[in-house]
Amino acid sequence: MERRLPTSETPNPAAPAVQAAATPDPIPDRVPHPTQPAAIRGAVKRYGDVTALDGLDLTIHPGETVALLGPNGAGKTTTVKLLLGIAQPDAGSARLFGGDPRDRRNRWRLGTMLQLANVPETLSAREHVELFSSYYPAPRPVAETLAVAGIAHLAGRPFGKLSGGERRRLLFALALCGNPDLLVLDEPTAGLDVEARRGLWAEVRRFVGRQRAVLLTTHYLDEADALADRIVVLDRGRVLAEGTPRQIKARAAGRRIRCLTTLTPGQVRALPDVTAARWDGPVVEAYAARAEPAVRALLARDPNVSELEVTAASLEEAFLALTSDAAHPPEAAETAAPDTLHRGAA
Amino acid sequence: MSPATATTAAHATTPDRPPRPKTARIYFLEARCELLKLVRLPAFALPTIGFPLLFYILFAVTFNKGKMIGGIGATTTMLATYGAFGVIGAALFGFGVGVAVERAQGWMLLKRASPMPAGAYFFAKIFMSMVFAAVIVVLLSIAGATLGGVRLAAGQWLALGAVLVLGTLPFCAMGLAFGTLCGPNSAPAVVNLVYLPMAFASGLWIPVQMLPGFLQRLAPWMPPYHLGQLALKVVDADAGRPAALHVAALAAVTVISLALAWWGGRGDEVTYG
Repeated sequence: MERRLPTSETPNPAAPAVQAAATPDPIPDRVPHPTQPAAIRGAVKRYGDVTALDGLDLTIHPGETVALLGPNGAGKTTTVKLLLGIAQPDAGSARLFGGDPRDRRNRWRLGTMLQLANVPETLSAREHVELFSSYYPAPRPVAETLAVAGIAHLAGRPFGKLSGGERRRLLFALALCGNPDLLVLDEPTAGLDVEARRGLWAEVRRFVGRQRAVLLTTHYLDEADALADRIVVLDRGRVLAEGTPRQIKARAAGRRIRCLTTLTPGQVRALPDVTAARWDGPVVEAYAARAEPAVRALLARDPNVSELEVTAASLEEAFLALTSDAAHPPEAAETAAPDTLHRGAA
Repeated sequence: MSPATATTAAHATTPDRPPRPKTARIYFLEARCELLKLVRLPAFALPTIGFPLLFYILFAVTFNKGKMIGGIGATTTMLATYGAFGVIGAALFGFGVGVAVERAQGWMLLKRASPMPAGAYFFAKIFMSMVFAAVIVVLLSIAGATLGGVRLAAGQWLALGAVLVLGTLPFCAMGLAFGTLCGPNSAPAVVNLVYLPMAFASGLWIPVQMLPGFLQRLAPWMPPYHLGQLALKVVDADAGRPAALHVAALAAVTVISLALAWWGGRGDEVTYG
């Protein structure tokens, strides 16, 4: 079952949250085009028994910042790998500037920051940037790259002597040194403290100010909200929801309703405005854009509701509900730790 | 539209002759970085250069100076064999362990996703191995000529250097195979486990004719034996087999190693990143 957000600018809360998968949304950019930084069509990728991508469609337009949001194992990194040409889809296609991602001419327009990357520790920041800049036809001056990434004062320091945040900035510098038209950032701030995260966000925004496209993957809704024009929520290799940060937040953020009820899972999900529900032992936790219509209906249908509690849902909580609700029975949600977005191995 | 915008737009819409990165510069910087990376790493540079020199001074100069092996001075034959031992170590550890570590750190993945020409990566590592090999050969030669009393014709010195430095190539390939088949933590141990016994059984530490009979029969199956024999041939102390045989054996080692490396690297997409 596939869920999509209403595509109009003003989301209609009364619109049905669930759409039949048999009527997929039209994909406007069917034909890959050189001006299109990235285009993935019906991509399927399997690793053994695990289906990492299950018919993914994704287009990134020039000047657009798109966030891929989802828990571990949702297919974010696999999507990135297809675009970088370091993995090939089993079915469907991945195009970079209308061409093969493995073609160097297309890679000249791409800058990449990977989740797992440690560069040789004995080389200085300047040496690393100088080397990476040489790969590109029209790189930024090395000093400018270091300055934009906020590590000009660390130019002579070996990578091994940089802090976690400084290392991330150097990897960011390697991503943008070639003046790319598309910047791909795979979990750019994972493991960073709040201050370092915000610092890196500022650098990304400075880059985007120059009409460049960005694809970033993240676990954090606030990160996607801070940087992206469009958020694509992935779950199990499929697009679960897609829209502007405002639409996604309207969809995900809202009220958390906790209570003991005799209603079935299906009945709870059918309550007005309820976007997701999960069970925490005998307690149901439902998420709704607005609490009042849901609670009114809940009380009308089950007069024996007890321990009713309405609180503001944190974005992460609501997002967890959004992703854990779609494909999983309540039994599965029950065993999941409530405060984590992780689902097994990445 | 301001003049500045117009210029930018005009520039952007004429993609007929886009500038290209200078390949020579990429290769140069890649090689320089690879060399600096390891020169600044004493844990690699010191043992790689120090051990062959130490072994030569200890086993050739100290214990066997003045002795003859097959009619040739021991310090001369051992200059050839410890030279081979040294350059093989530089290739196996520099190339092999380096590749294993860079695969695990995601560095290789980042490079594969970049527009770097793949050849630059391998060129840099081969260049680095050859520079370390040259340093080892020069230092051993100085020790041989001064402490060991080795006397060779100018042509012999040059030929010995050329054989040993070029002889790193098959072992670069072998290192690449280890690097793609082993993890970063196991690679140094595995390389040592293969390298040291193989060097011994090839007669690089003790002349092959002094090894027990079964090892003498085993030696021709060891890749380092053939580089050792080529180096010994320069100083007229080899076992008398044709040079072409040794070159063919080393070529076979190269091909098999590259095939293994290809096979081992196949799974990288799944395992890393």
